Amino acid sequence: MLRFVLRRLLQMVLAFFGTTLIVYALMFAGQGDPIQALAGERPVTAAQRAYLTQKYHLDATGVGGFLYRYFDYLKNLLQGDLGQSLTGRSIGDILVAAWPVTVKLALIAMAVTVLIGVTAGVIAGIRRASIFDNSTLVLTLLVLGIPTIVLAPLAQYFLGVRWQLFPPTAGAQPDLYALLLPGIVLGSLSLATALRLTRTSVAENLRADYVRTARSKGLVKRRIVGVHVLRNSLIPVVTFLGVELGNLMSGAIITEGVFNIPGVGFNLFRGIRTEDGPLVVGIVSVLVVVYLISNLVVDVLYAVLDPRIRYE
Amino acid sequence: MSDFETVAATEDQSARRGVSGEPGTPAATQRPRSLAGDAWRDLRRKPVFWISLVLVVLVAAMAAVPSLFTANDPRDCLLSRQHAGPSGGAIFGYDFQGCDTYARAVYGARASLLVGAFSALLTGVIALVVGMVAGFFGGWVDAVLSRVIDIVLGIPLLLAAIVLLKRVSTASDNVRLLAVIFVLAVLGWTTAARVVRSSVITAKEQDYVAAARMLGAGNGRIMWRHILPNALAPAIVVLTIALGSFIAAEATLSFLGIGLKAPTISWGIEIDAGRVHMRESATPLVVPSVFLALTVLAFIMLGDAIRDAFDPKLR
Amino acid sequence: MTHAAVRPTPASPTPPGGHLLEVRDLHIEFRTGEGVAKVINGVSYHLDAGETLAVLGESGSGKSVTAQAIMGILDTPPAVIRSGEIRYQGRDLLTLPEEQRRQVRGKEIAIIFQDALSALNPTFPVGWQIGETLRQREGMSRADARARVVELMDLVRIPGAAGRLGDYPHQFSGGMRQRVMIAMALAMNPKVLIADEPTTALDVTVQAQIMDLLADLRRDLDMAMILITHDLGVVAGVADRIAVMYAGRIVEHADVRSLYRAPAHPYTKGLLESIPRLDVRGQALSTIRGLPPNLMRIPSGCPFHPRCPYAQQVCVDVVPHDLVLDDGRTSACHFAQEVRDDSAR
Repeated sequence: MLRFVLRRLLQMVLAFFGTTLIVYALMFAGQGDPIQALAGERPVTAAQRAYLTQKYHLDATGVGGFLYRYFDYLKNLLQGDLGQSLTGRSIGDILVAAWPVTVKLALIAMAVTVLIGVTAGVIAGIRRASIFDNSTLVLTLLVLGIPTIVLAPLAQYFLGVRWQLFPPTAGAQPDLYALLLPGIVLGSLSLATALRLTRTSVAENLRADYVRTARSKGLVKRRIVGVHVLRNSLIPVVTFLGVELGNLMSGAIITEGVFNIPGVGFNLFRGIRTEDGPLVVGIVSVLVVVYLISNLVVDVLYAVLDPRIRYE
Repeated sequence: MSDFETVAATEDQSARRGVSGEPGTPAATQRPRSLAGDAWRDLRRKPVFWISLVLVVLVAAMAAVPSLFTANDPRDCLLSRQHAGPSGGAIFGYDFQGCDTYARAVYGARASLLVGAFSALLTGVIALVVGMVAGFFGGWVDAVLSRVIDIVLGIPLLLAAIVLLKRVSTASDNVRLLAVIFVLAVLGWTTAARVVRSSVITAKEQDYVAAARMLGAGNGRIMWRHILPNALAPAIVVLTIALGSFIAAEATLSFLGIGLKAPTISWGIEIDAGRVHMRESATPLVVPSVFLALTVLAFIMLGDAIRDAFDPKLR
Repeated sequence: MTHAAVRPTPASPTPPGGHLLEVRDLHIEFRTGEGVAKVINGVSYHLDAGETLAVLGESGSGKSVTAQAIMGILDTPPAVIRSGEIRYQGRDLLTLPEEQRRQVRGKEIAIIFQDALSALNPTFPVGWQIGETLRQREGMSRADARARVVELMDLVRIPGAAGRLGDYPHQFSGGMRQRVMIAMALAMNPKVLIADEPTTALDVTVQAQIMDLLADLRRDLDMAMILITHDLGVVAGVADRIAVMYAGRIVEHADVRSLYRAPAHPYTKGLLESIPRLDVRGQALSTIRGLPPNLMRIPSGCPFHPRCPYAQQVCVDVVPHDLVLDDGRTSACHFAQEVRDDSAR
């Protein structure tokens, strides 16, 4: 178990360096004026230029200079010092303010996924080829095939603006109700995937030999399905949900942007729109770390859940 | 992610079945049925397959010859027609800029399909090369390439694309189009590579490959003549689904303002523009949304139907 | 090891004039997309308290399906039980309501399967799995169940039982896993143990150990056992009687000695001639020609006729019924007497 965790940890560290190096190289290396690349088409004031040059050590040159700057960036990232956005605000402060909102939204999406997706998946898996099963298959295919940039604005228009069932946009301090529709939209993709995954997993496990054994032991059906089958079929589902929570926290760019929810994704959305390079790099760096850590947690979780991997 | 695993596993299986064919029952005297033949028989009866195929053909035609579908010029915009109702050829009226909503949606197909098709093509090339090399040579080559796949798979696609495309934010339209294609392929090849790798490993162990080797065939010939054909079918299924996701990804990037940019017409850009003015008029939002959703759905359903036909396990 | 503690209650008496377990004229079909396979076509056999019946046959002969029908764990659909009775202590299990049927499973009749690795749940410790019925059905406390599980694991000779309760199935060797499976089947003191190819997945040396264990347990715990196998060698030392199955029928039924000495069905004869004998030098091994029948198209008349060296026109036209020979054995062959006489020679 310990060896397994250590190996995963090593892999994560490698992935961390690889990813941040790529992020950094693409943002800052190459020809032209790196400061202008950061700022995009916006004019750069002398003060901003001086700040960025000092912040990223842009006066050093060559490969050595690049690596120096890269490790400097890593050091700052690990210390939580993300620098300032082009508007002069501390990126760290922006993230601290935005994070709770994003977590709340992700948890709503996750709740929707678990309550509806996993439950319906279990039912569909048990009643394979029934009307319920077939209709969930069609519905989930539809959800999987509709991109968020279609789903989010259309949900906002029809449910928010036209029929006024939900607030069309969330304000600066969104309450639970305002986050509900965005949460459902954000969770719909995970819901569909979780449903299909659960269905397949339950259906496969129902045909496993150990189910026949459990029946021959004279256990009641509820226990066979509820304990033996679920324990096995939920292993991949829980793993997926773990990965998905990481995704939801880093992947809410569109949803938060469309519904005006002041979370991390919204700030990234705005940073892209306003060509605020430092803000984008800062947020992306943090999100990549969150993503990598959540993947590690999921791998360990998988090992905890599946004894076959634990004792490998 | 786990969904991809399922794809890989099922493709692995269909590849194996494809190689050995249907083991004839003792009494069977009829011609052994081929896997592809079975799959085709099965597909032919599926309405989903035909619907998605028709949609795909329709969108492809729209991308190739948009003037077949509308006589209006999508760039002929008059602010005096802002949000005007349907008139002339403009069956869905006009948008905020006074452009023909329908014509813009029709002309948007080209960028989407270009990006989708070329990303899928490039993805296929990378996946085939990496997957075949890893699967065929095994050992440390496989170990290294598999780790690379793991790492690339661990990079969040949207975030990485944002960073990568930031580099070309001021470039010309064509450069940006190429950049989007390139970025999507570079980030999106891993699933297909895994599928290819596993079908290569399966094919490699078949007796006829050993026979070819004993007859003196070299690595190159074995890979080209015997292994590639086995890896191709499952790879094409995965790439069909990937094509749909690439189209969605392009639209998303353009929606965010880092993919394609005006004057290029893209559904993502149209949806974003329509979204801003949805309270005044919803059709400029709804029309490109429906076009995009149907296109993405068509490719995903097509791939799904083909995969189901090749994999009778969970029928 | 005290067997009195393991088995506190004596076997309940068999109703007078009846057998402990009796299968009567069982017919089972499998309905699939490709057609109807007639898997069981009128199987009858019985089992008395304390004896071992071996059910012998090739794969596809229906021996496992019959066992699963007795346990009530056939998947329906695709399986359909067309007709027949399965009487346990005089009650027909097939007409019992599901709840009463469930009570019989594990407690009266238990089963062990061929592949213990897939038959055990991979995600629960073996101690938990062995003790599950004790906690769930016998209402034992955790501590009591635990003590009983250790006792059971000792009984099936798993070394260091107390220390292995928390281990998972994949941490055991093949032979040890099968012992876990046996311990699980014995948990509720069943009166009948069905062993479905218990040694097929194991190494030869381990096979002998498991067979010895099963024979000892049957004797010590005073159970009746149905031993399902395709391996004639396994049967000889353990079974009292043998029922030979072919194409979903019992083709020959006899006590072990007389069957080995002089088989009365050409199929049994063929089987016996295809195993090497240590007491005959330079003997040519024969094989049974042809292949087992396709159960969707069972040959007319005697289903064995296409492969049978004794076959005549009557075999193609008429289904042979069980012919009772002078010593109480039966053979479903038109020429049973001749076959036996040939064999005895």
